[in-house]
Order: sequence, then structure tokens, then C-alpha cells
Amino acid sequence: MNQLVPSKKVQSDIASGQPEAMIGVFGSSLYADRVKVYPRAVSGHFRTIKWAVLIACLAIYYITPWLRWDRGPNAPDQALLLDMVGRRGYFFWIEIWPQEVYYITGLLILGAIALFLATALFGRVWCGYACPQTVWTDLFMLVERWIEGDRNARMRLDQKPMSFDKLWRKIAKHCAWLLIAAATGGAWIMYFQDAPTVTREIFTGEASGGTYFFFGLFTATTYTLAGWAREQVCTYMCPWPRIQSAMLDEHTLNVTYQAWRGEKRGKHKAGESWEGRGDCVDCRACVNVCPTGIDIRDGWQMECIGCGLCIDACDEIMSKVGRPQRLIDFVSLANLDRRAKKQPSILKLVRTRTMIYATLLVVVAAIMIAALTLRHSFELNVLHDRSPLYVTLSDGSLRNGYTVKVLNKTREPAFLKLVVDGLPGAEMFLAGTAEEAASSLNLPVDADTVAEFRLFLKASRNSLKAGVTPIDLRLINADGRVVAQYRAQFNGPN
Amino acid sequence: MPSKIEKDAISGEHTTGHEWDGIKELNTPLPKWWLYVFYATIIFSIVWMILYPSVPSLSTYFGGTLGYSQRAEVEANLQKAAAAQASFRDRIRSLDITEMKADPELNRFALAGGRVLFAENCAGCHQSGGVGAKGYPNLADDDWLWGGSLEAIEYTIRHGVRSTSDETRTSQMPRFLADGMLTAPQINAVADHVLSLSGLAKPNAEGAAIFAEQCASCHGEKGEGNRDLGAPNLADKIWLYGSDRASVVQTISYSRNGVMPTWSGRLDDATIKMLALYVHALGGGE
Repeated sequence: MNQLVPSKKVQSDIASGQPEAMIGVFGSSLYADRVKVYPRAVSGHFRTIKWAVLIACLAIYYITPWLRWDRGPNAPDQALLLDMVGRRGYFFWIEIWPQEVYYITGLLILGAIALFLATALFGRVWCGYACPQTVWTDLFMLVERWIEGDRNARMRLDQKPMSFDKLWRKIAKHCAWLLIAAATGGAWIMYFQDAPTVTREIFTGEASGGTYFFFGLFTATTYTLAGWAREQVCTYMCPWPRIQSAMLDEHTLNVTYQAWRGEKRGKHKAGESWEGRGDCVDCRACVNVCPTGIDIRDGWQMECIGCGLCIDACDEIMSKVGRPQRLIDFVSLANLDRRAKKQPSILKLVRTRTMIYATLLVVVAAIMIAALTLRHSFELNVLHDRSPLYVTLSDGSLRNGYTVKVLNKTREPAFLKLVVDGLPGAEMFLAGTAEEAASSLNLPVDADTVAEFRLFLKASRNSLKAGVTPIDLRLINADGRVVAQYRAQFNGPN
Repeated sequence: MPSKIEKDAISGEHTTGHEWDGIKELNTPLPKWWLYVFYATIIFSIVWMILYPSVPSLSTYFGGTLGYSQRAEVEANLQKAAAAQASFRDRIRSLDITEMKADPELNRFALAGGRVLFAENCAGCHQSGGVGAKGYPNLADDDWLWGGSLEAIEYTIRHGVRSTSDETRTSQMPRFLADGMLTAPQINAVADHVLSLSGLAKPNAEGAAIFAEQCASCHGEKGEGNRDLGAPNLADKIWLYGSDRASVVQTISYSRNGVMPTWSGRLDDATIKMLALYVHALGGGE
């Protein structure tokens, strides 16, 4: 697209020694104006898959916040909710706290590896089918087509001077786009707040300023990216097209024009012989339907999102002219070569590369499942006082002070017994309570909270072997099971 | 300088007239956007100088038309913080300290505030966390010279020890050697006896006899101390001035009589109560 070929006028200017022409070549031509893309409607195999994936993705996006999940009276009943204010993440039966955000990191890692695997196997299927940029751009193009007509009608409309017909169509299109964008931005908010509540609040004007800000922000980005920027997001903004070629090899399926079959291309009249020429009739159907406006016959290109719409367009033409379908096909480099030599195609899914990705996927998934199933409902954190490190009492025994935090991640209040191991004869008591020192303590912890206690541990000097004695503080529930423990230390004179 | 400004044929720009081996420097103007940003910063600085404190004079400065000052802002913030605390402090003033401790909200407020107040006012002598130092009692242990109840701690903070307050806690231990009340050998014997009370030395009969005569009236027959007089317990494991024999001999010979200032008048009533509650919660409160 950005070829550094000077125009005829510039060439003649250079020849005649005009200095401005030099700037024209080496300055401004590094920037290319966008050529507006008017993709034509197409139907066929891949278009059907693309519609199905589009409907599925949009359905998941819009419906998910409305799914309910009963967690009892004191918790939100939204199945998927990232409660920033309450600092909790809810995913069906899983509830995570801020310090467990690594589960989300794990999900992102899984997503990335799955993307690597899919790309190594089938090329840019993510870009062509499931990427939000593709899905919303496709949706916006559909609306555009309903209001302004197909490719030729849209091109004519844009060249016509302003008229009532043009005006209402343009206004209607942008209103429809803005409505979809608002619904998209609104749905995004619902993942962070209770969906029915925030929907009502947005309409009644009761929602917070922050809610309206993000609502507006995501509406604006959806409208701009899917309505105006479109393929430029993929070509200029997205890093993935640059990275993904590292995942491709000669067995990766890719949308490819089979030049061995197509060339030499040229116009073909009905009844003419196909001898001595290729199947491509140079009808440009593949170019006209391309959402990024490229010519697939130029070979693999960074701009190609691998959606396969050109395959549908070409198949249509091939059946009309009576030639075999799939002149453009999802085909690997290896098979392209084999087909050119009239050898049978091979499908090689098991490769070192794909096996590494698959193994990584399984390992990360296993680690995440293990982390999730071994997750504790209670956590104990013990922070030793920095000053004093220890206090000598009048009977010669030693006392250490700690700040103890107990996390109760359940939805029930808990009474937990705190005991200490590694300090024979130790007694404990809480600051600010009238209770006598005892060998264990009962700590009340409310549901879904962090309870903080000031703990004092008292031990006789004889029970200590060294200046610093490692101790284990344990929390025991009503069934006598240890639900959390913490390795702390008891300080004394060296 | 050339009399006529030369124009470069290729670029169309004027030259500066400088020439190095046939190479001439172009006098390319600065980019417009750069210039406009530069002009904008000049205008901004003039507006700023008018609005905010800027030009100093010999004795004062031009304060700006907005009348802004950072000091006033800090004061306003402090007043805002004081106003936010006012309701708590008023309630603390109206209650006595045991009632205050019974109120969980006030208790929490006092412990959080007391921590800061302690660091500001007390930690200079009693150290961070109340751990104390030689001559400055450890406030976190369970040994108290003048009592470890809430009321006793509050009284000590309010009136001090051997301070200038009329109601100060006070007592005076004699300087047994300096005032000629005991001889050096007698003092050594008493020191041995005192150390034997907590098992740090062998019993000394002579010392015990002198102790019963000279010391027991304040420190008790078994050295258990007397809080009414601020007389320390000599039989426990806590030694304010050290448990080695030389320190004990020094104490008997020349006395110690530590001083703590009165905080009444320096700190307000609510602050003193908050401090008392905080010290009580350091671990040794009774």
C-alpha cells in the first residue's frame, strides 16, 4: 500500500530539476492517505461461519451481565461481576479478593497461549472471526449496508452532492452506530456494577459521574473504532499482526491465492478455451469483498485478517465460469507446493510448535485449576511489632506483640480458635480485652471481612533456645480442622 | 555579515551568511507549533505572576491577586482535620477515662490518635512503642512505679513526676552515701541484699538488717515496692537503672529521682486521655 513510487508528475518534476518534487518523494509519500474501503456483501461458507461467530460473541457479551447466581442475602447475585468498590471479583461460584487477581492473570496467559495455538494451526482466525474489532466492524458494516446500500450504492452516495436522500441516510447511519456503541459501552459498565440497577440509574440520571464517564468513553471508542477507524486499527494500531508471523510455519493454514492455478490471469469470455491460461478471470470480486481492502492475489500480507470472505466471493465466480472452486483457499504453504506438483495434500496438525503450545496450555490450565481447588477460605497474616521486639515482664518472662489479621472469605461469620506451636507453655491475650491470658484464644471474624487483632504472646525465658524462636500460629475451626496457619517468630534476648 | 541576505536555491530558505568550506547554514525558522507553545508559556507565566505570590521585595513580597499561600492552605487543612475530630474529642472530654474505654468508637479513635500523639510527645524519652531506656521506664511491661491502671496513667501524664505541677507525683529517695547515712561497706551489703531479692546475688545478713531499717519503709519488707511513693519493686526482674552491682550501689549512694514533666497545660484534656488509653494498651495496662 505504501509503495514509494513517485507519480508521473513528480517524476517529470524531478527530471526538470524542480526542488519541491524531492520533498514530494522523500517527505510526504512516507504517509499514505487512507483509501476508503467499501466491502461488498458476500454469501457463502465462510460468511456463514462469520455470522454465526458474530452472533455468538455478541450474545455472550450482551447477555453475560444479566445472568444471575444466588450467593445468599449479603452478596451480589450477578454471575459475573468485578466489584471495584467492594473490591471483590465474582465468577459464578468463585469469589476472589484483590490479592487473588493472579487468577485473572492466569486467564489472560491461558488466552494468549490459546491464541498462539490457534494461530499456529489455522492462521489469523482470531483476527478474522472473534476479535472484538472484527465483530463490531462487521456489525457496523451490516447496519451501513441496510441504510446506504451495498458497495456500489455507497460509493455513488459518497460522490453525490448533499441531498435530502444522502442527508437522512447519513444521519440514520450514524444514529444507529451511536445506539449500538452506547449499548456496547453500557454493557461494559454492567460487568462492574449490578446490571439491572446501573441500567435503571443510567436512564434516570442517578448513576455516578464515573459511570457516565466510562459509559461515554466506551461509547466513543466503539463508535470511532468500529465506525471510522475499522481496518486501520488492525493495520496501524494492533501489535498482533506484527507478532503473529512468529507463530506461522509452512503447515499453518492461511487464506492463500493459489497462483499456480490462477495465473496467468485475464478476462475470459464464455465459450473461450481455458488452455494456456489460469483460472483467475481478474473480476476483482476478492478485492471488492475484502474488509481491509487488499488484493489477496498479491500474496500473504500483514493487512490480511484471514476472514476468508474472498474465498466465498471467488467460489461464486468459479462456479459461474465453470471452473473448480477454491482458487483462493485456506491452505498451508506446504500443501500449496504439493498441489502445484499435483501431489495429494497432507494435514499436519501435530508439530513441535503446536505441541509446545498445547503442552503449555495444559500445564498452565492444570496449575490454575490446582490453585483454585487448593484455595483457602481463611487466611492468617501475622505482623510482629517492630518496636519493642520483646518486653521483659516482672516475673522474668518475655512478651512479644503482634498484629494479627484474619481473612474470612466465606459468607458466614466464624469463630476460630487461635493456637501457637513451637513455644511450650506460651500464653496469649488480646490487647484491649479484659480476658485472662490463656493457651488459646477464640477470635470472632465476621463474614467476608478482614478482622484485625492486637495479640500478645507470653513465654518463659527457659522455653526459648535461641534469640529468635520460630513459631506457628494456627487457626482451628469448630470441627477441629486447621484452616490457616502462619510461620512467625518470637523474639528474646540473644 | 553580508549586506544582502542570500536565499538558498534548493530549499528556498535564507542563509545565516556563515560559510564553512563552501557549506552554508540555512536560517530555517522554528516550527510554528513550537513557537506558539513558547508564546503560550510566556503568557501563562505572566498570568501566574499576577495571580500567585511572585515578586519579592526587601521586606515582603507581592502576594498575588488570589491571595493564595501554602501556609494558609496547611492551616485550613489542619482546621478541617480538627473539625472532623471535634465531635470525638468533645465526647472524650465529657467522659471519664473508663467510660471512654468502654465506648468502642472512642477507644478506636483514641488508640489510633494516641499512637501519633505518643510519637510526637513521649517517644523522645520512652522510645518508640514505649520500650523505654535506662532511666526512662518501659511502658509496655507490667511493672509500674506509680500504678498501671487507666486512672493512674492519666494522673501521671497530667501532673508528671517530680514536676513543677502542684499536684505532681513526688517522693525522694535519700542519698545514703552522699548524705553520710550509710558507709560504703554498708551500702555494698545492702546492694547484695537487694540483688538477692531477685536471685542475682547470695543472701547477705548484714545487708538484710540495714534494708529492714533504712529501706523497707518505702520499698517494703520483701522489696515489693510501694506505688503510693513511686518506690520500685526491687524483687522483680525489671531494673530501670540496670541490675549490675555497680548500678545498684550507685543508686543507693546517690539516689536517682527521675523527672517527668507535667503535661497539663501543654496538652489538652482529650489528648491526655487518648495518650493514657494508648499507653494502657501497650501491653502492661492493669
